[in-house]
Amino acid sequence: MTEPIAAPEFDESRLSLRESCGSSEPNDSNDAPLVEADDVSVQFAGQSILKEVTLRIPRGQTLAIIGESGCGKTVLMKTLIGLVKPTSGRVLFDGNDLSSLNYAALTETRRRLGFVFQNAALFDSMTIFQNVAFPLRQHEQLSPEEIEAEVMQRLAEVGLPDEVARKRPAELSGGMRKRVGLARALILKPELVLYDEPTTGLDPIMSDVINELILSTRRKYPVTSVIVTHDMRTARKVADRVLMLFPRTRLRSDQSQILFDGPPSQLEHAEDRRVRQFVRGEAGERLMELRASQNE
Amino acid sequence: MASVAPTDDSRSSDGPITRWVTDWGTIVVDGLTMVGDITLFAWQMCVWMFTRLPLQGTLLPNFYQVGVLSLPVVALTGTFIGMVLAVQSYYQFASIGLESRLGGVINMSLVRELGPVLAATMLAGRVGSAMAAVLGTMRVTEQIDALETMGADPIHYLVVPRFLACILLIPALTVMADFMGIVGGYFYSVIILGIDHAAYQTNSREFVGGFDFFSGIFKSVFFGGVIAVVSCYRGFHCLPGAEGVGRAATAAFVYSFVLILAIDLVLNILLDAIYFALWQHSATIL
Ligand SMILES: Nc1ncnc2c1ncn2[C@@H]1O[C@H](COP(=O)(O)OP(=O)(O)O)[C@@H](O)[C@H]1O
Ligand SMILES: [Mg+2]
Repeated sequence: MTEPIAAPEFDESRLSLRESCGSSEPNDSNDAPLVEADDVSVQFAGQSILKEVTLRIPRGQTLAIIGESGCGKTVLMKTLIGLVKPTSGRVLFDGNDLSSLNYAALTETRRRLGFVFQNAALFDSMTIFQNVAFPLRQHEQLSPEEIEAEVMQRLAEVGLPDEVARKRPAELSGGMRKRVGLARALILKPELVLYDEPTTGLDPIMSDVINELILSTRRKYPVTSVIVTHDMRTARKVADRVLMLFPRTRLRSDQSQILFDGPPSQLEHAEDRRVRQFVRGEAGERLMELRASQNE
Repeated sequence: MASVAPTDDSRSSDGPITRWVTDWGTIVVDGLTMVGDITLFAWQMCVWMFTRLPLQGTLLPNFYQVGVLSLPVVALTGTFIGMVLAVQSYYQFASIGLESRLGGVINMSLVRELGPVLAATMLAGRVGSAMAAVLGTMRVTEQIDALETMGADPIHYLVVPRFLACILLIPALTVMADFMGIVGGYFYSVIILGIDHAAYQTNSREFVGGFDFFSGIFKSVFFGGVIAVVSCYRGFHCLPGAEGVGRAATAAFVYSFVLILAIDLVLNILLDAIYFALWQHSATIL
């Protein structure tokens, strides 16, 4: 299997969207994709989370992954960078199979990517300064002055005052922590940045601040981004392509887990009712399903 | 819901014997998987330990935790155990008129058994469960994933320093437990029970040899290693949420404690065999 087979009723929409999506990509004409997942399946304790997912992310693209909680978005993102080992299938980063790389090569590859974790995942035992400086100390030989200058500049870029640097993660608000996480992920100017729900749990203003930070990163240098989000505003504002993932457990085994793959402008007109409902935030038949499963 | 795994339905239709076999089969397979997992974990840790120096900043806090912060509690419990031994043995020995031999009994039990096991138990309770909780929290909050994405191997960065702290400093804790136990036993026997000071000393010296002392220290190194590996493993494989962290911490202590006693048994048998081979006679109190 080279491509996940969609259920017949979605097939056409997917194909046409693919094409329209392709034509809007300036970089993807002849370049090999930066990240490529081939038929990737992931199981935890026998439970299938992802099944035969195939995904190509061209250089320079900003891809948003949407889908309800627990459908495997985080797992997919972690699989793309080798944090989760696929049960079957393979993941290529810049043409290299992640599972075939030795430790040094994997470290070198990881230098080229940044991961913004859902709750920032700052190290509790370190100050904010040490957190942001961590990738620099890990990968580069810089003098303490250079590190200091770089870290302070990055903190300023995400709008954090100098005195934050001496604090511990526990002393910061959720929005501040997310911005520190952003500064830490971006400090090595990675080619690929993955954002796991960057705006979830933030107030609307702070969400927009984060959206702007994502956009300004892209303006500064050609970065490839993957953003997991529930926030349709974020998806519309920053993404050139949207992918909707559906929980494996609620699909028949012959259905594709990817319900939608196309530009955000097409979301409203998707053939699949579940996509339109998700975008509009309507419960639809999900309510009936939940009631039915309660009565079982 | 057609794609939900059909195991539950098929299980309930089986007979009780089939179910019994399946349940035990699952337990055995899970147990073996975990033993294999822990072995692999320990192996990866050894590879890191011998191929690359641990980072300096990661060693000191762990040494401080294990060595300095555990010392008072080990000293305190050691003192009590020494005194309890004196209380326990006195009447039995007095009834056959051998109370002057008390020093030999108490000190022998302390340096061979109680000192090392006590120090290890306190370490498992104080440090082991804390390690599991800290690493478990780091797992749950994705800090371990973050380490990995930033090119730091979590086992090298988190486990190796903890392991080194445990195996290098548990001998010191054991010496502390031994020493305070001896002091406590002496205090209770000589000062409170009024046993002759010189007889107590002579007896202690006569029966407790260097081999006894070093076999205790030798065992303690294994105890320390087990505590670190088991606790770190439980932390790394923590289930989500506060409950997962709590369970990891409890499991770290329980598993460490059971393993400490099991290893103690095996090492005692081994050390006795060595002792007999070397000196051809067994130590006797009488
Ligand atoms: N390390 C793991 N071990 C076991 N199950 C996991 C693990 N990581 C994720 N899962 C399960 O995979 C499913 C998808 O999780 P996730 O990708 O975090 O969802 P989301 O789409 O909300 O990000 C969930 O049911 C979760 O319980
Ligand atoms: Mg998630």
